[in-house]
Amino acid sequence: MDSALATPHEHAAHEEHEHVVLPQHRHHFETEEQQREAGSFGMWLFLLTEIMFFGGMFFAYLLYRNWYYPAFAAASNQLSVPLGAFNTVVLITSGFCMALGVWASEVRKKGLLVLMLILTTFFGLVFLGVKTVEYHEKYEKHHIPGDRFSISMFTNPAAYPETKDEKPLAPDMAQKTQIFFFLYFAMTGMHALHMIIGIGLLAWLIKRANRGDFTEGYVAPIENFGLYWHFVDIVWLFLFPLLYLINRHPLH
Amino acid sequence: MSHSAIHTDAHDASNVTNPEHAEHHIVSPLQYTYVFLTLLVGTAITVGAAYVDLGVMNPVIALAIACFKATVVILFFMHVAYQSRLIKVTIASGFFMFLVLITMTLTDYLSRAWGLW
Repeated sequence: MDSALATPHEHAAHEEHEHVVLPQHRHHFETEEQQREAGSFGMWLFLLTEIMFFGGMFFAYLLYRNWYYPAFAAASNQLSVPLGAFNTVVLITSGFCMALGVWASEVRKKGLLVLMLILTTFFGLVFLGVKTVEYHEKYEKHHIPGDRFSISMFTNPAAYPETKDEKPLAPDMAQKTQIFFFLYFAMTGMHALHMIIGIGLLAWLIKRANRGDFTEGYVAPIENFGLYWHFVDIVWLFLFPLLYLINRHPLH
Repeated sequence: MSHSAIHTDAHDASNVTNPEHAEHHIVSPLQYTYVFLTLLVGTAITVGAAYVDLGVMNPVIALAIACFKATVVILFFMHVAYQSRLIKVTIASGFFMFLVLITMTLTDYLSRAWGLW
């Protein structure tokens, strides 16, 4: 059915456009621009489903923060703002390298594209490394929700040097800090999983870019991966202020 | 093919005459650098603002800066500013849908114990 309908139509289009048939141009698209547009459109539909996916967790955070405000303020103050800010800068830099990679692919600079993809991967790995340090600190402080979770830093903050200026929470409210940490691990963990998947894809893209696949006019895989990587950046741009920053001055 | 003639017209920036054939706009490294610097400045401001006691305005300012940064990333790093109307409106409707879902769900939670607190 495909060929029966498309063939006469395609012939007519070819004659009129002086169409250059490139290997990446699929026959069911009339022009390369149409193919590119369809690809971007599909990628954006996927990213919109991702917004809904992360949005559910952001909503849970919004609601529980309103319900258990003192616990969320106290627990949020246990996150390291310098590490979070450092990671934000690292991720923005990674996104910048990715954007330059898209440009390199568009202007057909193979060496630069490979370099930019490697830098994107490098900064992605730095981000995950810092995240590991942060997770490990939570493990040491017994701030991972579950059996071994300890509320003592929230019920008796005066006993710990890092919380000596905090006000103690009642034990029932202090238990709610587990909900903060649960959401913290769920949201940053799901974000990190997206980055790990992204780094896996980057390894594949670097291999193909090195072969010259994306510097002969076929930019779509680089461009669409760029959309994914920037989306992951955007999620972090919201996670950082919500988890690390907005409880520094709890309302009393 | 009536639109093949229009297709060669590269000046249909807003994609009105030929919605399926968006021009491939290349964003320059200089533009990317401006976006990068904007994002760094935004990060610096948002961290600085977190240490100033602004009461209820702290989360408002933090989220406003995050929304601004996200918009800049979407428009330039993700090339939405140069995409066809079809893609622009699709993205906008996705965000609108997300806000509707948040608002409807909050409406439920916030109204359940109305007047009982």
